Amino acid sequence: MEKGFFHHALTIREDICTGCSLCMRVCPTEALRIRDGKARLIEDRCVDCGECFRNCPVHAIIIEQDDFSRIFDYKYRVALVPAVLHGQFRHEVSMSEISAVLKSLGFTWVYEVEHGAEILKPAIDDLMDMRTLPRPLISSYCPAIVRLIQVRFPALIRNIATVKAPLEMAAFYCRRVLRDGGAHNAEIGVFYVTPCAAKIAAVKSPVGEESTPISGVINMDFIYNKINRTLRNKGELKYGDDHAYSVNPETLAWSLTNGEASCINGSTLAIDGMNNVTEFLEQLENDEITGVDYLELRACDEGCAGGVLLSSNRFLVAERLRNKARNLKPGTDSPETEEFKNIEAYKEYLMNKVRITEEIMPRSMYRLSGDRDEAMKMMKRSRRLMCWLPGTDCGLCGAPSCQALAEDIVRQRGDISQCVFIRESNMGKNLMDMERSSEIMKRIWGDNNFTKNCNKKGAENESN
Amino acid sequence: MTFEYKVQGGDFTHAGYASSQVKKMLKQLDVDNVVIKRVVVCLYEAEVNIVAHAWDGVISIVLETDTIFMKLTDNGPGIPNIEQAMQRGFSTASHEVREMGFGAGMGLPNISANADKFLITSEPGKGTTVEITINLNSTAV
Repeated sequence: MEKGFFHHALTIREDICTGCSLCMRVCPTEALRIRDGKARLIEDRCVDCGECFRNCPVHAIIIEQDDFSRIFDYKYRVALVPAVLHGQFRHEVSMSEISAVLKSLGFTWVYEVEHGAEILKPAIDDLMDMRTLPRPLISSYCPAIVRLIQVRFPALIRNIATVKAPLEMAAFYCRRVLRDGGAHNAEIGVFYVTPCAAKIAAVKSPVGEESTPISGVINMDFIYNKINRTLRNKGELKYGDDHAYSVNPETLAWSLTNGEASCINGSTLAIDGMNNVTEFLEQLENDEITGVDYLELRACDEGCAGGVLLSSNRFLVAERLRNKARNLKPGTDSPETEEFKNIEAYKEYLMNKVRITEEIMPRSMYRLSGDRDEAMKMMKRSRRLMCWLPGTDCGLCGAPSCQALAEDIVRQRGDISQCVFIRESNMGKNLMDMERSSEIMKRIWGDNNFTKNCNKKGAENESN
Repeated sequence: MTFEYKVQGGDFTHAGYASSQVKKMLKQLDVDNVVIKRVVVCLYEAEVNIVAHAWDGVISIVLETDTIFMKLTDNGPGIPNIEQAMQRGFSTASHEVREMGFGAGMGLPNISANADKFLITSEPGKGTTVEITINLNSTAV
């Protein structure tokens, strides 16, 4: 892959975007700007956390997914399902029902991602025993966090635990089982039902890995809607599936906050939410934190229960899942059959695949230039600009903060006249006329925001 | 470029602000992570020393293309025996400060180990001045 190219699952639909700038204000890496009345993404800064998607009031940000019919390119079609999918349904809805619906859609095997965590737990404990590794080790589970570290905290890359995600372990297992049953690798399609955009980006352009055993992704909201519809029109479907929920209760809640940390030996800490994580990493990078051996960090509040592609309330999802884990008795409903040996049987094979082998590279968002003298010049200039910019972070320039505008200017991505305070002051000194000023304003915010529109959200005749 | 940050004695809540600011600048200059870490360790430890022991102080920073110079001057009790203070594990921190996870007696030795040039002067009853220089191009200590 070419350096500087990053796959993002998030796309801004220009025909829908109203340029309200909410996304720009919530982006934790200041990766968005407003131009011509539309949000624009600075690709190399985006970490795929999905905050923009979550906050967009008009749903102009979409998360790409593979065309569902692609599953039929394969003879063996595996759906890898994270436990949070199940957590979205009422307690009465069983995993067999969910599995039956997925099979009616065309999958031949439904497998829970959290089985993969059973392999990861010992792999992480092995890393924890290696005294030469820096402390704390940081979980590599959440791809948005790994990317956040690459972009904002490159010094902490060496703390990232070099293990793959449960998803990949589960995928390797499914492929191996099917191959052992006589299938060719090319006949096997492994599709992941994803709770978020970051996991899609991780599948499409993995960090620290050459290739992935995942064939494609299906967004969880799509599957959720399918299941809901089917369950509400019972009778159309025969519930003949005898799928038993077989995940180890200890690892079932792995994707929830403290689900992973509670499984790992040593002094562990779990933090969720982009802002909380950023604040903590800032302190960790300053060497202010001591006494933590393992850090579980999740971009979303409540872990994957708060994934942007989930449709139910995150707290309910988390509670249902924890409840489920409490009521599961280990081993009692293990579905080991002659056909499918369970994941434990392949432990040795999977442990050989568990480590990340490629180096995780930094992609600092702060770096002004690779040339020190040039970077110094740019930094001085940006600080001189800050002497004039108001420091109000009003965002009217189309950048999230005055500092962001100053840095845009020295990177030749912006102009000082974008600042409304500078323009007002220049007009006061007769250095700029009104016409020029409103031209600049329109270049940032587009023409539409200067005309009456009664259909907009909150207006007289609101209509979408 | 020169920067100045005031430090309030006893205010552990806001300790670390200067370190975060300096860290961001060094990232902008694409300084090696190992060097950034050394700068931040020195600055943070020295800042915490002021917070833990002195009444107030000032951090002055001179950032140039190849070096960073950090001078931390405080009004405080001063250090009667600098040689002793430089020993690993030696600490005069109060029980309260130790409870908060500071004052293990590693501050000054740690700064000295991470700085390329380190100078400390003190006048008992008046205050202490710590001067730290780090070369931004070398990674070796």
